[in-house]
Amino acid sequence: MIEFQHVSFAYEKNKDVLHDMSFRIGKGESVGLIGANGAGKSTIMKLLLGLLEGEGKVLIDGTEVKKETLGEIRAKLGFVLQNSDNQMFMPTVYEDMIFGPLNYGLSREVVDKRVDEVLSRLHLEDLKHRYNHKISGGEKRMGAIATILAMEPAAILMDEPTSALDPYNRRIVINTIRELEQTKLIASHDLDMILDTCDRVILISGGRIAADGPAAEILSDRELLEANRMELPLSMNVHPYTSGA
Amino acid sequence: MDELAARRSPIHRLHPAAKLLTTIAYILITLSFDKYDLSGIVPMVLWPVLMFQISGVEVRTCFYKLRIVLPLVMAVGLFNPFFDRDILFHIGSLGVSGGVVSMITLMLKGVFCLMASFLLMATTKIDSLCAALRKLHVPAILVSLLQLTYRYVGVMTEELAVMTEAYHLRAPGQKGIHISAWGSFLGQLLLRSMDRAQELYSSMLLRGYHDHFHYADIDRFSIKDALYMAGCILFFLVLRYADIAQLVGGLFVR
Ligand SMILES: Nc1ncnc2c1ncn2[C@@H]1O[C@H](COP(=O)(O)OP(=O)(O)OP(=O)(O)O)[C@@H](O)[C@H]1O
Ligand SMILES: [Mg+2]
Repeated sequence: MIEFQHVSFAYEKNKDVLHDMSFRIGKGESVGLIGANGAGKSTIMKLLLGLLEGEGKVLIDGTEVKKETLGEIRAKLGFVLQNSDNQMFMPTVYEDMIFGPLNYGLSREVVDKRVDEVLSRLHLEDLKHRYNHKISGGEKRMGAIATILAMEPAAILMDEPTSALDPYNRRIVINTIRELEQTKLIASHDLDMILDTCDRVILISGGRIAADGPAAEILSDRELLEANRMELPLSMNVHPYTSGA
Repeated sequence: MDELAARRSPIHRLHPAAKLLTTIAYILITLSFDKYDLSGIVPMVLWPVLMFQISGVEVRTCFYKLRIVLPLVMAVGLFNPFFDRDILFHIGSLGVSGGVVSMITLMLKGVFCLMASFLLMATTKIDSLCAALRKLHVPAILVSLLQLTYRYVGVMTEELAVMTEAYHLRAPGQKGIHISAWGSFLGQLLLRSMDRAQELYSSMLLRGYHDHFHYADIDRFSIKDALYMAGCILFFLVLRYADIAQLVGGLFVR
């Protein structure tokens, strides 16, 4: 479903952020993307969406990401931005939620039904008619996730979905992600969340893939994680003997 | 602003196109007054005041929100007294020159037009307004531009608020922003708001935005709306062409 073929990317000349990177994510997989600050996680997501353009090929469902195919590609992807302030642009949460689906030609009734479904799934009924500039950072994050879920995209990309969330909302988001059947790519420093939601993990370091494999394996590899400025997830730490490291 | 516009009142419920056209008519008629016609223009204040009353929007809010633009509008007329020194009439022994009269007239025109525009924005959601413009066959690209501009101004104000706050936290006891920081402050403001606008715009593109918004459905133009429009415009014309000051004055003199 998602494929990187020898992709390199630099924001400024001669400073490669990503270097000759290749990976492939199958339909329905859920993959965690981890790496230190500035490793290039957000950059990978933006390349997938065609917001940035690098060398090499990026394919979605076998279609190459380029100018002519952007419309088709973006219709398949939902992207939760790292900064929710930049995601919500309509006056209220509700108006933001209907924006995407209406653009894809769905009728008002269908969209309204979807909005209510998503809101109740995330326990956010109260947020529906609130003003985007008058809700807290975490509430805005939940709203942003809701706007993307309301689009029902074929694949969901999430950049730090649980940052800024309290434990209760974090748990709701984790459970919701687990229930989603779509292909998922989740970038985060919240390794416990990644462990809970992903089967596979890709670790980025120095512009390359440092590790790619089953989540339980990589996230229990203390040496590998610490070499890349990360720590074992708490749940791994508590049971050192079951970690398999 | 969006919040004011989401309130309910008879004015809020009117058709956006009716309000838009009425406001345009008001502005045109206000601007059409002669520059010495001070006594003619003063009664024009009646309409905005009446509308503030009916819509429940406070005049105070209006002046508070417009506090940045108002002085600019006022400043426009400021030089008139220097150019136009012919004495028009006397108050006691003080000669009032044409420049002073035209300055005040110009300022009033500006303030009235601002009040009227504010009323429109405060009682109509930007989305419905844009929908109305589309109904009036204004090209989609212009309407989208208007809406994007509206959003950009919002983003910029937000950034400005955040930056001012951050500045004051690290410069306690200072009033305003020190002049030495203005350059970097403005530059940052521009960069930051542009960055954010860029990201917001991509976020719109990612959700299937092409070149137009899907506007909220607006109701049909009803008799009520037509009546409101006709009534208001008639009122403006009366104010414009009947010499109210003389009429009122006549009442007392008799
Ligand atoms: N607009 C930009 N211009 C220049 N360099 C940039 C730009 N955006 C990011 N970078 C650089 O590219 C690198 C990768 O950034 P990216 O945002 O992809 O990191 P990330 O893995 O998402 O980090 P984080 O965990 O902090 O979100 C960083 O070194 C960053 O400094
Ligand atoms: Mg990032």
